Amino acid sequence: MAESPGNSYQDSYVVSPLKKIASNQSINVENLDVFIGDQHILKDINLDIPEKSITCIIGPSGCGKSTFLKTLNRMHDETPEVKIKGKVYVDDENIYSSKVNVIDIRKKMGLLAQRPCPLPMSIFDNVAYGPRIHGLTKRKAINQTVIQYLQYVGLWDEVRGRVRTPATRLSIGQQQRLCLARGLAIEPEYILGDEATSALDPISTKKIEELFLKLKEKYTIILVTHTLRQAKRIADYIVFMYMGEIIENGQTDEFFNHPKNQLTKDYLTGSFS
Amino acid sequence: MVNIKRQEERFFKALMIISAVFIMSILLYITGTIIYKGLPSLTWDMILKLPGGGFYLGKEGGVLNAIVGSVYIILGSLIISTFLSVPLVMYINFYLPKNSVFANVIRFSFDILFGVPSIVYGAFGFALMVYLGIRASLLGGILTVAMLILPIMMRSFDEVTRLLSRDLPDALLSLGSTKYEMIKVIIRQLMPGLVTAILLAVGRGIGDAATVLFTAGYTDNIPSALNQPAATLPLSIFFQLGSPVEEVQNRAYASAIILTIIILILSFSARYFSSKYSKDKI
Repeated sequence: MAESPGNSYQDSYVVSPLKKIASNQSINVENLDVFIGDQHILKDINLDIPEKSITCIIGPSGCGKSTFLKTLNRMHDETPEVKIKGKVYVDDENIYSSKVNVIDIRKKMGLLAQRPCPLPMSIFDNVAYGPRIHGLTKRKAINQTVIQYLQYVGLWDEVRGRVRTPATRLSIGQQQRLCLARGLAIEPEYILGDEATSALDPISTKKIEELFLKLKEKYTIILVTHTLRQAKRIADYIVFMYMGEIIENGQTDEFFNHPKNQLTKDYLTGSFS
Repeated sequence: MVNIKRQEERFFKALMIISAVFIMSILLYITGTIIYKGLPSLTWDMILKLPGGGFYLGKEGGVLNAIVGSVYIILGSLIISTFLSVPLVMYINFYLPKNSVFANVIRFSFDILFGVPSIVYGAFGFALMVYLGIRASLLGGILTVAMLILPIMMRSFDEVTRLLSRDLPDALLSLGSTKYEMIKVIIRQLMPGLVTAILLAVGRGIGDAATVLFTAGYTDNIPSALNQPAATLPLSIFFQLGSPVEEVQNRAYASAIILTIIILILSFSARYFSSKYSKDKI
């Protein structure tokens, strides 16, 4: 507590542009079926996700939005009763082929969960965790990375004097931005958000949404959300799912102003939710 | 109606207060007795000296042999049971699938072992030692007490581990951690639970006489090697209480105070190190 290493960093540290500018980002899903036990959760999903944009997946609870998101970073690997059929191409590589290393896939996908979950360590170490386990050892490089991403999510000025204090002392909104910084620090190409703002207050939500808008210049962002207004505010593309199927997808304006499917129209007018 | 609810509320509140007071008074009665009878006999000699000739008949000496023996045995068995139970708990919680039959079989077996009386461990340990050709010794005592406290540690640590939210493992895995890297962080989060498990085990293990009766033996000296017999405080108390001399009986109570103080010291230091450790970084 006594030390405040925040002051020992150069105050005039300039943010270097984020390193990662991927060239051929793309996600293509082909004939994806997901079963949990004997339940058919996702049914024949075919989808291309455009790069460097925000794609929002909307739909009523239980329609398979989160399950779909988890197929993209292979988090279903941890639950053996989940069976996956079909292909998910990330950067033209099928991530479910046997040659693929799951760690590499997860490094490509920064995940922002519904509830922020800071690791049981200091603010600094939370951001440094990813780079450290992926092989960054030089103290100076780690310091730079941590400061850069804390600045990027707008947290640096709020925490600079106490980066060595436990991350759990931050407010929920700050914790969520910390989790975003932690995810960005592993230098992913994609950002997955699973109802990332649903636990936050309106101001924190706004900050996260602004960050997403800033991030889409460099990253491909896929968000699951159950607030239509949020999707309208930030999405470039909308995917509407219902009962494990993609009912309709398209550009945001087109989707909200001229929905083609009757189910979509009913959902948008609030006939069911 | 409102009145009945208020009566009900009062009634159950009173019941809770009564049980709290009851438990506290038993605890106070026990510690009171020990302190009342033992404090006059608690001298520096008791703590710092080995029993001299005729100690059990009222002559000079102390129980240093038993203090050191007990501390050796509990520390040794803690090391063994921690290094067995922590990997086991991590394995059944994070490597086996949720609701795995194998994990539940393990939990069930440890529940049974939890209920086995300590004299059975003592007898089993003795039989094992006869089979292996080991005499009553420090090593025998450590192994048998480790068997006694392993189920306690494993089950209490397992319970706190099961309560851990899935958010933390998921967060770590999605950052690209391997399972081993994930577990290193999870153990930090579970540190207070692990310390509680250790303390429960220490409390049970250090005060148990039946396990060490046949396996550790008894001696008036401090063991200098693993194959030498070791005295323990519970047995020392037992032998002193069995003496017809009143002064020696009072020394038994003084030894009980020493045992209690050792448990207190271990508890406080464990809590201290756990809070210090969980604040630090990797």
